[in-house]
Amino acid sequence: MWKNFPLFPERASALAWQVDGLYFLLIAVSAFFTLLIIALILLFAVKYRRSVHPHAVQIEGSLPLELAWTLIPLGICMIFFAWGSLIYFQEARPPKGAMEVYVVAKQWMWKFEYEGGQRDINQLHVPVDRDVKMIMSSQDTIHSFYVPAFRIKADVLPGRYTTTWFHPIKAGTYHLFCAEYCGTEHSGMIGEVVVMEPAAYQAWMSGGGSSGTLASNGQQLFQQLGCATCHRFDTQGRGPNLTGVFSKPVLLEDGRTVVADENYVRESILNPGAKVVSGFKPIMPTFQGQVSEENLMALVAYVKSLAQTQQKGAASDNSSAPDTPNVQ
Amino acid sequence: MATAVQTVERENYLNSNYGIKSWLLTTDHKRIAILYLISITAMFWLGGFFAMMIRLELLTPAGDLVSSDTYNKLFTMHGIIMVFFFLIPSVPAVLGNFLIPLMVGAKDLAFPRVNLLTWYLYMAGGTTALVAMVTGGVDTGWTFYTPFSTTYSNTHVIGAAIGIFIAGFSSILTGLNFIVTIHRMRAPGMTWRRLPLFCWANYAAALIMVLGTPVIAITLLLVALERAFHIGVFNPQLGGDPLLFQHLFWFYSHPAVYIMILPGMGVISEIVTCFSRKRVFGYEFIALASIAIAVLGFLVWAHHMFVAGISVYAALVFSLLSYLVAIPSAVKVFNWTATMYKGSITYNTPMLYAFGFIGLFTVGGLTGVFLASLGVDVHVTDTYFVVAHFHYVMVGGMVMAYMAGLHFWWPKMTGKMYPEGWAKLSALLVFVGFNTTFFPQFILGYMGSPRRYHAYPPEFQVLNVLSTAGASILAVGFVLPMIYFVWSLRYGKEAGPNPWNAVGLEWMIPSPPPTHNFDETPVVTWEAYDYEHQPQEEVTLGH
Amino acid sequence: MAISDIGDIQVAERALQHHFADMDQQRDTSSFGMWMFLLTEIMFFGGLFCAYLVYRASYYQAFVEGSQKMNIVLGATNTAVLICSSLTMALGVRAAQMGKPKLMVILLLITIVLGFGFLGIKAVEYHEHWENHEFPGPNFHFETGNPAHPATDPQHTQIYFSLYWAMTGLHALHMVIGIGLVAWLVIAGLMGAYTPHYSNPVENVGLYWHFVDLVWIYLFPMLYLISKKHGG
Repeated sequence: MWKNFPLFPERASALAWQVDGLYFLLIAVSAFFTLLIIALILLFAVKYRRSVHPHAVQIEGSLPLELAWTLIPLGICMIFFAWGSLIYFQEARPPKGAMEVYVVAKQWMWKFEYEGGQRDINQLHVPVDRDVKMIMSSQDTIHSFYVPAFRIKADVLPGRYTTTWFHPIKAGTYHLFCAEYCGTEHSGMIGEVVVMEPAAYQAWMSGGGSSGTLASNGQQLFQQLGCATCHRFDTQGRGPNLTGVFSKPVLLEDGRTVVADENYVRESILNPGAKVVSGFKPIMPTFQGQVSEENLMALVAYVKSLAQTQQKGAASDNSSAPDTPNVQ
Repeated sequence: MATAVQTVERENYLNSNYGIKSWLLTTDHKRIAILYLISITAMFWLGGFFAMMIRLELLTPAGDLVSSDTYNKLFTMHGIIMVFFFLIPSVPAVLGNFLIPLMVGAKDLAFPRVNLLTWYLYMAGGTTALVAMVTGGVDTGWTFYTPFSTTYSNTHVIGAAIGIFIAGFSSILTGLNFIVTIHRMRAPGMTWRRLPLFCWANYAAALIMVLGTPVIAITLLLVALERAFHIGVFNPQLGGDPLLFQHLFWFYSHPAVYIMILPGMGVISEIVTCFSRKRVFGYEFIALASIAIAVLGFLVWAHHMFVAGISVYAALVFSLLSYLVAIPSAVKVFNWTATMYKGSITYNTPMLYAFGFIGLFTVGGLTGVFLASLGVDVHVTDTYFVVAHFHYVMVGGMVMAYMAGLHFWWPKMTGKMYPEGWAKLSALLVFVGFNTTFFPQFILGYMGSPRRYHAYPPEFQVLNVLSTAGASILAVGFVLPMIYFVWSLRYGKEAGPNPWNAVGLEWMIPSPPPTHNFDETPVVTWEAYDYEHQPQEEVTLGH
Repeated sequence: MAISDIGDIQVAERALQHHFADMDQQRDTSSFGMWMFLLTEIMFFGGLFCAYLVYRASYYQAFVEGSQKMNIVLGATNTAVLICSSLTMALGVRAAQMGKPKLMVILLLITIVLGFGFLGIKAVEYHEHWENHEFPGPNFHFETGNPAHPATDPQHTQIYFSLYWAMTGLHALHMVIGIGLVAWLVIAGLMGAYTPHYSNPVENVGLYWHFVDLVWIYLFPMLYLISKKHGG
């Protein structure tokens, strides 16, 4: 569009084209109806002004007209509904195999942790042409992760994980804004998303992350915090064996079945009594106040990695245990 | 030789009693309406002052006029005052109170003492909120999202919440009064199908007031309790759910926007018919559309939460319902336009404001359809696009309808005409100023400019400057009526009972009306908007 | 026409407000107004009921444990007290409609006594919960009282108690207001304000009283009887 007077941000994600397409359709239809109404009002106001049209013609109504201008807008709206929903469905379903970035938002900054263990503050580095999934939580208030160039936005909540994903198609640097009012420096909680060509991205990746991958950090915490005492991999411990648990259904003591996703793992660490696995006693202590958001993310990454370990087979001594009876 | 005519000033509701006690202890619905008029105008100016400060700050990208904390308080207080203390009461408490008994042919509302109580509740709530603002302010946004409002904000959240809580009861009791009055106090012959559409509109709004407001009352009470006692209903650190707050908050606050707009739509129905000299096109459809908006309005609240973390399926349902609620509003716009067809139209100020309403409400309503579209909403929610959308419906729609109504019924309420020339000029300034202020904000929003931002990236400056320039024109457009309305009280031309030759019971009694409204209970034999049979000369009842 | 009838009609005429055409319209209108008001009360309590439903569904075990600390005997007694008070209230309304002001006053006074009885028992319960640190806030501390079954989810049991205090507290506030309204009826009744031709204030306060009773009839099972297995 016009470089000096832009009407929309750069289209830097695969989704941006669809969102803009729907937007322009909405503009076109809205402009049509708005101009139609304005034109009719002006036309009637002039053509039927008192001085040339002194006697009004009384018209009660017209059922066909009422039906027409009820049903036609309804039909048009259904088109918008269908297209908008399709886009939203895509936004809600990150593709399998997406690279994952963990995000901790806090007043008033963005902290990013990559699977390789690198960390970033207020600046997100991603490679072009890859699916990227953000797994996010807040340390304090509600924030919102908004990248206009990607046309995506997702609130970041305290107490649970929310996710969003995107597929960058154009290298460059784009605005990152916090879009949910969060206090004094809400407008200062901004950053950049740096989309890099593959070579530059490789160079950046090798530059950081000296403390090991996120999952290996999680493994260390798992030992340090004493989780391994009950969650054993070799024999039946006092807690469930976590191998292969992630993203599988779990039967709980009260009869419900839930999926062991990021939120489930996080809740089980902070409030273990909320969802007790069937067949186990509610004896797990809470770690609320003892683990930071970053540590929680590392632990989640570690539990996730146990699913892949099982798939790969007996690579270390933490494997090959038969499925415990209560994990379905 | 001409006989000297001795004029005795006729008794009316303004001169029937003098003294401050006769006003503060009145149960006359017309005097209560005037009390509300004064308080609401004061609130409008305060809210407008905060708006001016916001727009001045946003002239430059840096946050250099006021501190971040002050800015956050400014937009919060602007929102709280304008929503709870101006828009929600405006047409119902001023015009509704004054006109509904007249329009149905009654001597007063069903519960006159409760009516006076509502004004005191409004004043108590307003005072409480103002004290909270003056002694340090509130910075949560008018939406009070948790856990910021319960745990992290260091401002007078409890005071503001209590102020809104009290004012909420004013709204509930006003709505209750309207519903009971319209059901039980109609004059003989005044069937539902003969009711002015202003009554239908206020009836629909009253349904929402009565059913929705208690929910925000209890929600804000829980926020206050949580803040005071750290109880954790909405605080995740204590096991609570911040999304529960959002559901409870929006369950009221979405229908609340229909409380704000429906009475304005009622005003437009009265004005378009009068200044086209025509019965309204599609009376039943407009009446039922009002009820449909009220009912559907209760089913769409989570469209404010599409990115908040609700499930995809919930979002789909709320998106679908949100399109449905747009349709009755569209039907009304088409019906008003069709009312003008083959009418006999004059361009009095109320009609000019009505033209503005129809055009601007159309834009505002259509941009609501943008927001109902899930894919687009994800990009534009929490940006200036939303700010522009709701200002188009609230200011371009509702405030213009309020101005239209004030001008239309000013002669009835005061017995004086306002100066038409100045009024037309003000209407033009409001229209031009309004569009200049808010249209650029649609563009800003799609560009990605988030709302509630004290400072912004430099590429957004040009549009922000344009917006502020518009705001100064808009301000002049609102100042002028303040001046000429007050001027007209003393120097305005005498208005007779029916300066517009309009159809309606309120136009058949003197201006200003006597305290008891009607000498004898009227018996209604004509249809609504019976302009066909309206004689050119004035018809009055009894005088 | 008996002399007492003439007096009754005069009382009714004096009570007729100027903006109503006749007493029938006034009665219909004031009843309708009270029903509308009760509708708003349903929505008011509704927010709390909604929060309760959401949290109970998600954290059932925590709610069960909280509920087991409720004193079922006192709660059931209170339920019986309120139901009796609704009976005396209804009989009082009937007495007013039948033109028996003295009987009306007696029945309303019994209603007030029962109302105070309810509040007194509630105060005893509140005191007990307070002593057990079952009031939400920094001093909250929850014990199931059964060492074999420690608290599984005290965080969400605190939310149960928050809702308990909020819902029963709001209900108690409505009881206080109700007692005040009934007392006003007693005073006006003693001064001969109510007759068979004019008894709608009594009817309307009766509606309010029954509504407050009904709210308790929901609160009792919701808060006290969550699980059949009462560990004690």
